[in-house]
Amino acid sequence: MSRLRVELPGLDLKNPIMPASGCFGFGKEYSQFYSLDQLGAIMVKATTHEPRFGNPTPRVAETTSGMLNAIGLQNPGLERVMTEELPWLSNYNVPIIANVAGSTIEDYVAVAERISTAENVHALELNISCPNVKEGGLAFGTVPETAFEVTKAVKDVSSVPVYVKLSPNVTDIVQMAKVVERAGADGLTMINTLLGMRIDLKSGKPILANGAGGLSGPAIKPVAIRMIHQVSQQVNIPIIGMGGVQSAEDVIEYFLAGASAVAVGTANFVDPFTCPSIIDALPALLDELGVHHISELTGRSWKKSWDLQSSSH
Amino acid sequence: MKQLKTELVSQKEIAASIYEAVVFHKEIDESFQPGQFVHVKTGFGSDPLLRRPISICHVDPNQHELTMIYRAEGKGTKVLAEMVPGVEVDLLGPLGNGFPIERTMEGETALLVGGGIGVPPLYYLSQELTKRGVKVKHVHGFQTSSVVFYEEKFKAYGPVTITTADGTYGEEGFVTNQIDMNADYLFACGPSPMLKALENYRAKKGVYLSLEQRMGCGIGACLACVCHVQGDETGFAYRKVCSDGPVFQAGEVVL
Ligand SMILES: Cc1cc2nc3c(=O)[nH]c(=O)nc-3n(C[C@H](O)[C@H](O)[C@H](O)COP(=O)(O)OP(=O)(O)OC[C@H]3O[C@@H](n4cnc5c(N)ncnc54)[C@H](O)[C@@H]3O)c2cc1C
Ligand SMILES: Cc1cc2nc3c(=O)[nH]c(=O)nc-3n(C[C@H](O)[C@H](O)[C@H](O)COP(=O)(O)O)c2cc1C
Ligand code: FES
Repeated sequence: MSRLRVELPGLDLKNPIMPASGCFGFGKEYSQFYSLDQLGAIMVKATTHEPRFGNPTPRVAETTSGMLNAIGLQNPGLERVMTEELPWLSNYNVPIIANVAGSTIEDYVAVAERISTAENVHALELNISCPNVKEGGLAFGTVPETAFEVTKAVKDVSSVPVYVKLSPNVTDIVQMAKVVERAGADGLTMINTLLGMRIDLKSGKPILANGAGGLSGPAIKPVAIRMIHQVSQQVNIPIIGMGGVQSAEDVIEYFLAGASAVAVGTANFVDPFTCPSIIDALPALLDELGVHHISELTGRSWKKSWDLQSSSH
Repeated sequence: MKQLKTELVSQKEIAASIYEAVVFHKEIDESFQPGQFVHVKTGFGSDPLLRRPISICHVDPNQHELTMIYRAEGKGTKVLAEMVPGVEVDLLGPLGNGFPIERTMEGETALLVGGGIGVPPLYYLSQELTKRGVKVKHVHGFQTSSVVFYEEKFKAYGPVTITTADGTYGEEGFVTNQIDMNADYLFACGPSPMLKALENYRAKKGVYLSLEQRMGCGIGACLACVCHVQGDETGFAYRKVCSDGPVFQAGEVVL
């Protein structure tokens, strides 16, 4: 078996590297740079039941080693994603993880039920952590009861495993993780963006038209690593980690923290070849670390030494 | 669209904080069109993180060289201004859709209106229009005399009127005071108040405006740079400045 191949609920990944939702559209643009077949999976842009235009511009602002975005879940809506975007992606041999969003539980259920029937959708990513929409989004991801409810409702209708995307904008991430695990989540993806703001000195007003936005990029990596380190010790479902990943070294750090696969968001904007470059660089890095299979690294930062031995033999 | 690791050939300050940078890469050729842009990585680490959109000011397909003119103002452009010849400059390009030069015909006339750092793409446009036998005139607006650039270069293709907001060079005031609209085409690039003022001008064959918007990816994937479509009642129609634009016909999108 290939050293990078990873099996997770619903997902047989040729490698554990995938673009993160919202940072890769539905794949078309980046397919001009390289074949999407190379990717472990693709997390596509959030899909809502109805089309959404999203927020006014400016929607992005740069920060020190990071960026803020307030796109506002702009997407063409379920119907077009089903009839145009997903069929186009089926030209490639790559599993799709559909990011599902909504403003009511009914919305989530309606999108999840239908999108999970698409042939190339192998898992759902339940987005209860978007900081950029007024109702729904983050509201579902910061209140344990609603997180439970929406996860359970989606699990009941989905034809594929459901990963829940956790928000870092909570006081107790472990509690949220346990709640959605209890509601039936098959896995977790974390983290979504951290709420932030930048103010323009000339106008004296926030740069983003929305005021606040979600912080992503290298600046948030330590936050994500810490949260995955905590959560992975407390749940029995796998974690797809994300937040500031730019290199194969970053990927290893995520595995050590407790991730079983890793997604790349903002870095795609900086270097469109980030994902294939990481995939190419991983085997040599595993050699350097004396590790045969990448999955051996999951959780090594907290596993006791006897655990390590038993898992690698 | 490609990622090109170009080599910086030369860089100089041609007006106050205005830099002209020339880069070389063997894949820089005729496919780079006036009005398109490149997305430039400034610096080598993760700060500044995002690329900066810069218009193509000129392309020499034989020498495989591309010229950009930019104002060193914020973090990224200041880092770029410190790069010395020989270093690698990582660009994505050519990006977006440029000015519709293929629609113009010999003997037609075009008025090119630029504001500040919106002037650079008009240079390549002016050259290509001239090659097709289109007669060009230029009206360029700047804040003040110290930031005026390329006046002589543009004169090689047609008359140039310069305005400065403070009257320290050329005509005092804004470009809109200097527009005598009997050209077949109006092509403009500049800050959005200028574009809004030009939007309602009528040229016989068309008014085309190059828009500015903050960008993430620069290639159409992140939806950072969208604008509404004029007359769209659903509210969902949009255009991406990076990949549908940056040049739009006046009236197509909401400025
Ligand atoms: C299609 C297009 C073509 C352009 N062509 C030129 C050109 O030829 N010459 C030139 O000098 N400038 C041009 N600009 C504007 C140029 O992109 C900005 O001046 C530049 O990005 C500012 O970066 P900074 O590092 O100086 O500022 P910072 O304040 O450090 O920038 C922070 C972030 O905001 C973005 N940003 C800030 N101001 C602008 C702006 N006015 N437009 C878009 N993004 C902005 C930056 O890209 C960056 O992501 C163009 C913009 C667009 C959209
Ligand atoms: C422009 C942009 C758009 C995003 N859109 C979505 C989205 O639609 N759904 C979602 O779950 N996360 C979205 N995210 C969050 C990313 O998927 C990811 O969780 C986050 O950016 C952290 O990873 P990074 O630092 O590698 O970007 C978006 C992020 C950015 C920068
Ligand atoms: S900048 Fe990403 S879509 Fe235009």
